[in-house]
Amino acid sequence: MQELIVLSGKGGTGKTSIVGSLAVLADRKVMADCDVDAADLHLLLSPVIKQKDEFWSGQVASIDAYKCLYCGLCQNICRFDAINNFEVDPIACEGCGFCSHICQAEAITMKENMAGHLFISDTKYGPLVHARLGIAQENSGKLVARVRQQAKKVAQDNGAEYIICDGPPGIGCPVVSSLSGANMALLIIEPTLSGIHDMERVMAVCRHFGVPALVCINKYDINEDNTREIESYCQSQGVEVVAKIPFDNVVTEAMIKGVPVVEYSEGNVSKEIKALWQKISGILEEQDRTVLRKSRAI
Amino acid sequence: MIISIASGKGGTGKTLIATSLALSLKDKYEVTLVDCDVEEPNDHIFIRPQITGTDPVEMRIPVVSEQKCTFCGECARICAYKAIAVFGKHVLTFPQLCHGCGACSYLCPEIAIIEETRKIGVVEWGNSDGIKFVQGILNVGEAMAPPVIHKVKEYAKNSDIIIRDAPPGTSCPVVETVRDSDFCLLLTEPTPFGLNDLILAVETVRELDIPYAVIINRTGIGDAGVEDYCREEKILVLLTIPLDTEIARLYSRGVALVDGMPHWKSRFLQLYSDIKEMVDARTNSIKR
Repeated sequence: MQELIVLSGKGGTGKTSIVGSLAVLADRKVMADCDVDAADLHLLLSPVIKQKDEFWSGQVASIDAYKCLYCGLCQNICRFDAINNFEVDPIACEGCGFCSHICQAEAITMKENMAGHLFISDTKYGPLVHARLGIAQENSGKLVARVRQQAKKVAQDNGAEYIICDGPPGIGCPVVSSLSGANMALLIIEPTLSGIHDMERVMAVCRHFGVPALVCINKYDINEDNTREIESYCQSQGVEVVAKIPFDNVVTEAMIKGVPVVEYSEGNVSKEIKALWQKISGILEEQDRTVLRKSRAI
Repeated sequence: MIISIASGKGGTGKTLIATSLALSLKDKYEVTLVDCDVEEPNDHIFIRPQITGTDPVEMRIPVVSEQKCTFCGECARICAYKAIAVFGKHVLTFPQLCHGCGACSYLCPEIAIIEETRKIGVVEWGNSDGIKFVQGILNVGEAMAPPVIHKVKEYAKNSDIIIRDAPPGTSCPVVETVRDSDFCLLLTEPTPFGLNDLILAVETVRELDIPYAVIINRTGIGDAGVEDYCREEKILVLLTIPLDTEIARLYSRGVALVDGMPHWKSRFLQLYSDIKEMVDARTNSIKR
């Protein structure tokens, strides 16, 4: 089983639209939405929820005003400025519990925090594991890890060949959590200076975690000079550019219809995405064979 | 006044608005532009600042003296992040998991734990043709953006107008950026993804109790869902920007909108006066 994670660095470059189409094109796979703070993949795949689990994570301090002696020690030691006027700001509190350990009056308790929900759903393209982080909650990285864990389990139960994950933007906590241990990263890059800058950083993160990367240039024709720059940068880094998708409003039209673009249109965008999956699945198969050969050799 | 520019969905034009708003206001006010998207900071591409200073962003992590340690395991018991573990006669620390709360070093009965600093990023500051500029950069491979954002905010104080460009999403980095702002602009696009993520962003700013309004970017590409939602929820739409290949081309080349199309400047001045009116109205109603 192989896990492909789709990232971009910069947001809004087309990750979810492309992943939605991969759900149509790939056989024997489980889909996973690892962008837990702004999940959109369900809008293309029309999931029917089969299982819904609460995601409990972290704790929040709570001060019992009757027991509190107003000594102020908790306020002094809290490094997250989460206690003011003997009240806890639940948004600032990181749940370290330092205050509850040192309170002489034992007035502070740590309360468990419900931080979101995890879903296992059926779609006409196969199983989807997705999640929703609670409003203004922390620990998106942990929820991403849970999504991947759950997706792996579903994939094992179904004998799936691939797990295809829609990833979050950026390079921080949820990206690190999505990437570590994945077999391959597909980076969706747009040919803007911002897109190029962000690609360099997300590619460095892939390297840092030892995950091989492939690049897909989306809307490549909005600035062909920048597209060439991306291609030559990728070449210098030994990263293959596996597809160049043109700009076309059919992507938005398909989104409005709530279907993956390859089901909506037969045009150039769809052709290019189909070729993209053919290439990626070939590369993943090759990678799988190499790993198998190596393990046999050992 | 602190104005944060946020969005649930990425790529909806936060950077475009932040940079053009700063450029439009700089002749009239003292403006600081703060790039709080420390994972992927892009404002510098559009305003090309001269960086005049830089400071490291450090977190404090525990270092255990195995001479003093009696391996009692108290530190491992109290650490909420499982960033310290005791195995027999060894103590292991996991700096990537540590939030730097300081509980272990304070509570160690043997005083065997001291704290060292670990660099996770930098804050840079400078200026660009009359705009004060501050940005944070998270080191590649680091997970925790909020401490970098926290520090960036400390370096951007005492200006008439502080404009904070937030990262996309709705979780802790966004909350850290937005939470002590006077106003929040929420960017979106008129598509189902834009609407879904706008609703999440609206719930977040409501939770934080910050006045907000919406800007819709690339009008003309999608459907009416975002407009309908804003009307039903009585959310003001302060600006719309049409889908325009010229705007997209300028953006792709790293040219700020008001530099490439100066007639937009008056729209941004109007945007600011609308924001100011909303903030003043709220301040007055609180006073009353």
